[in-house]
Amino acid sequence: MEDEYIAYAYWLDNVPGIGKKKKIQWILKGLTPKEIYEKIEMIPETKITQEEKDKILEGKNRWNVWKRYEDMIQKEIHFVPYALEVYPQKLRGISAPPFGIYVKGKLPGEEEKSIAIVGARHCSEYGRKMAAEYARACAEYGIPVLSGMASGIDSVAQKAALEAKGSTYAVLGCGVDICYPRENFALYMEMIQKGGIISEYPPGTKPLPQHFPARNRIISALADTVLIMEAKIKSGSLITAEMALEQGKDIYALPGACTDILSEGCNRLIRDGAGILISPKELLETMGIQNVKNVRKQRENKIKLESAEKLVYSCLGLHPKSLEQILDNTKMSLPELLSHLISLEMKGCIKEISKNYYARIDLEY
Amino acid sequence: MFCSVMSAVIQGLQPEFVQVEVDVSNGLPGFCMMGYLAEEVKEAPGRVRTAIQNIGMIIPPKKIMVNLSPAHVRKRGSGFDLPIAISVMGALEMVKKEEIKDIIVIGELGLDGEVRKVKGVLPILLAAKEAGYRKCMIPFANITEGMLVDGVEVIGVRSLKDTVEYFRKGIVPNYENEIKVRSKQEKVYDFKDLKGQKVLRRVAEISVSGGHNLLMIGPPGSGKTLTAKCMPGIMPPLQKEEAIELMKIYSIMGLLNENTAGIEKRPFREVHHTISKPALLGGGVIPKPGELSLANGGILFLDELAEFQKTVLETLRQPLEEKCVKLVRNSGVYVFPADVILTCAMNACPCGYYPDHKKCNCTPTQIQNYVGKISQAFLERIDLCVETQRISYEELVEKKTEEESSLEIQKRICKVRKIQQERYRGSSVRVNAQMNMQQMEKFCVLDFQTGEFLKQVYEKLGMSARIYHKILKVARTIADMEEQKQIRIIHVKEALGYRMSDKIFGGE
Repeated sequence: MEDEYIAYAYWLDNVPGIGKKKKIQWILKGLTPKEIYEKIEMIPETKITQEEKDKILEGKNRWNVWKRYEDMIQKEIHFVPYALEVYPQKLRGISAPPFGIYVKGKLPGEEEKSIAIVGARHCSEYGRKMAAEYARACAEYGIPVLSGMASGIDSVAQKAALEAKGSTYAVLGCGVDICYPRENFALYMEMIQKGGIISEYPPGTKPLPQHFPARNRIISALADTVLIMEAKIKSGSLITAEMALEQGKDIYALPGACTDILSEGCNRLIRDGAGILISPKELLETMGIQNVKNVRKQRENKIKLESAEKLVYSCLGLHPKSLEQILDNTKMSLPELLSHLISLEMKGCIKEISKNYYARIDLEY
Repeated sequence: MFCSVMSAVIQGLQPEFVQVEVDVSNGLPGFCMMGYLAEEVKEAPGRVRTAIQNIGMIIPPKKIMVNLSPAHVRKRGSGFDLPIAISVMGALEMVKKEEIKDIIVIGELGLDGEVRKVKGVLPILLAAKEAGYRKCMIPFANITEGMLVDGVEVIGVRSLKDTVEYFRKGIVPNYENEIKVRSKQEKVYDFKDLKGQKVLRRVAEISVSGGHNLLMIGPPGSGKTLTAKCMPGIMPPLQKEEAIELMKIYSIMGLLNENTAGIEKRPFREVHHTISKPALLGGGVIPKPGELSLANGGILFLDELAEFQKTVLETLRQPLEEKCVKLVRNSGVYVFPADVILTCAMNACPCGYYPDHKKCNCTPTQIQNYVGKISQAFLERIDLCVETQRISYEELVEKKTEEESSLEIQKRICKVRKIQQERYRGSSVRVNAQMNMQQMEKFCVLDFQTGEFLKQVYEKLGMSARIYHKILKVARTIADMEEQKQIRIIHVKEALGYRMSDKIFGGE
């Protein structure tokens, strides 16, 4: 019975030319997708106009309900329509809820509190480190991490959550059967096992630019708290923050240097009243988790460095520095400096971000 | 009435001697030519006939047959006008036949009888000397090339009239006081003008010392091009044999200036990124050398490396390894020298400012696409890779320290090259970059500690074997620069800093 409902709802979701708002309205008026499919002519014009009926008839001809449904099940994709109980309550409340969502894997639990971690794709070492740290802390305390699986902050946070044996969910701007970006394929596969991939777009939908701002509203809607790690002034992460604000979620932003263009968006959010991220411990405590142990690891102390290496290391930060700059700061000779840099790299303290640009790394991710 | 004279044609880099035979007989008047001729050679009768008439001689209405032998060699170029004119006059007994034996003649004719400049004079003269010819007649406009060759009497002629005078009365035209040889007035780039940029200076020195190919990555205006232009100036001075070898190529391409005494400096060839394969490597039915060979013994500079056509860069791979270009044609295999230090420059992303996020707005995909245009296989041919940075205002203006000049760097480099010369005595290898496997095993022995360290690095960074070898070669050069027999750990570590790796760009 439910199968049948989903199969017809899947068809209705794919009828082109009619907005999801309209479709939800029909359902609220008491129509079922099957009725619309089979008895479209009988439905009075007060409920569905002639123009819409034409579109539905056209949509009917192009769609084989059961075959399509079987195909989808075979791909292990579930469709969760608006009318069903399992449809997330958190989504019902937003201004433009999707008519249904497609899921590969699981949906986050209704009762669980969850956190969204989003940020720039092109992020700094600082952003990566912090995203990983917060994601790990959340995972350790059983809080699911939501994000968009984009390169940069999103994927770093999700990878860290999986590494800490937590669960993580990704909301995509394309069909759930498409891994975008491709580089995150391993992450995508693991998430299907240990979390879920969610999208409002039907399977096979390509990752078009206009899909991404819309999917951000789902990320923020599914989460209780939204963390913005790094964001430029015009960015998708700020759209997420805006949506979260509309939906009445808690927003936290990671502070950064005011000269840093990647932190500009975050700093502005803080000025406009967003919470400020001080430490994972504090965040978890404000979310009502007691007795949080100090999760920030002090890794650098464990490795023994020579005094010259220490000097080089102290010159470096989480933002990459060029060889010429380090040369200027340390006043060492070039061969000497290069040999210390390669030693530090071998010890896992620093990383060559781009050719001859070095930055500290404190954590593995 | 038969007469013949010797001339020559360039095939690739090698001249081929051609016998110009003329027979004048009774019959239907005409001027007939044969012998596998290119279009420009087929046009010769018009020029020859008119030129002869315009110096006041009359060609009787007879049948003139001209044959250029051997018949299987394609005759190209404008140099056959003069030999044809002379043998026609010889056959008509306007000049003495005995005089035109044992002489090589080349030159183009104008309708007024003027003898004009031709390409490829120098290699022909050198070949003539080797083949035992005593005399060569060339256009006066090519006389500076003639002066480079000893042991052959070179007669520069300005007009057909001079030629006739010479063959009739043995008067050698004398324009000696008109020969003006000046030194080339070219702007010389000096490392003195490169402010700051310690890293670039060091890497340029290593590159030239060991003949290592170099890639510079950095934002616009960070001294990449200037460094490349300075590099020929710190290479050891051009030896005479090298210069002759180089001038042969320039002569064939017609690039020798008539007012200068040839080439004294090492070449610097900057190539634009729109260049085609034949222009870079050499090409044509009978191939002509390309930019790669014009840069022989010097620097070939590819600016904006990522903008080059992928296929063009790929064709460079084999010549870079073998130090020569081999072009196979129907008519044979043509080998052009290509012993260059390849110097490349590029930006790290389309806008050039990556990883400076304040200025760079490129997305990771854009950067990937930009850098991905260059194949890994090509990048592995490059030994040194370095980042450049825009220099600060203080270094540009306020710092008044005198930077080291090219001359001082050159002195040091000559020493390092000498060490290498002794090391590779008796083999074709001249610099560390060209070492083969056996030589590497012999000359790049590491002590235990260094070996262990490099093993660690090799595994951790997931290097390829080729990159590993490049690091050893660069370390060898750095050790040589410090006049040390043994490669130490610090040399290897420095070499590692300049390594090329696949994760160099946008290392996400």
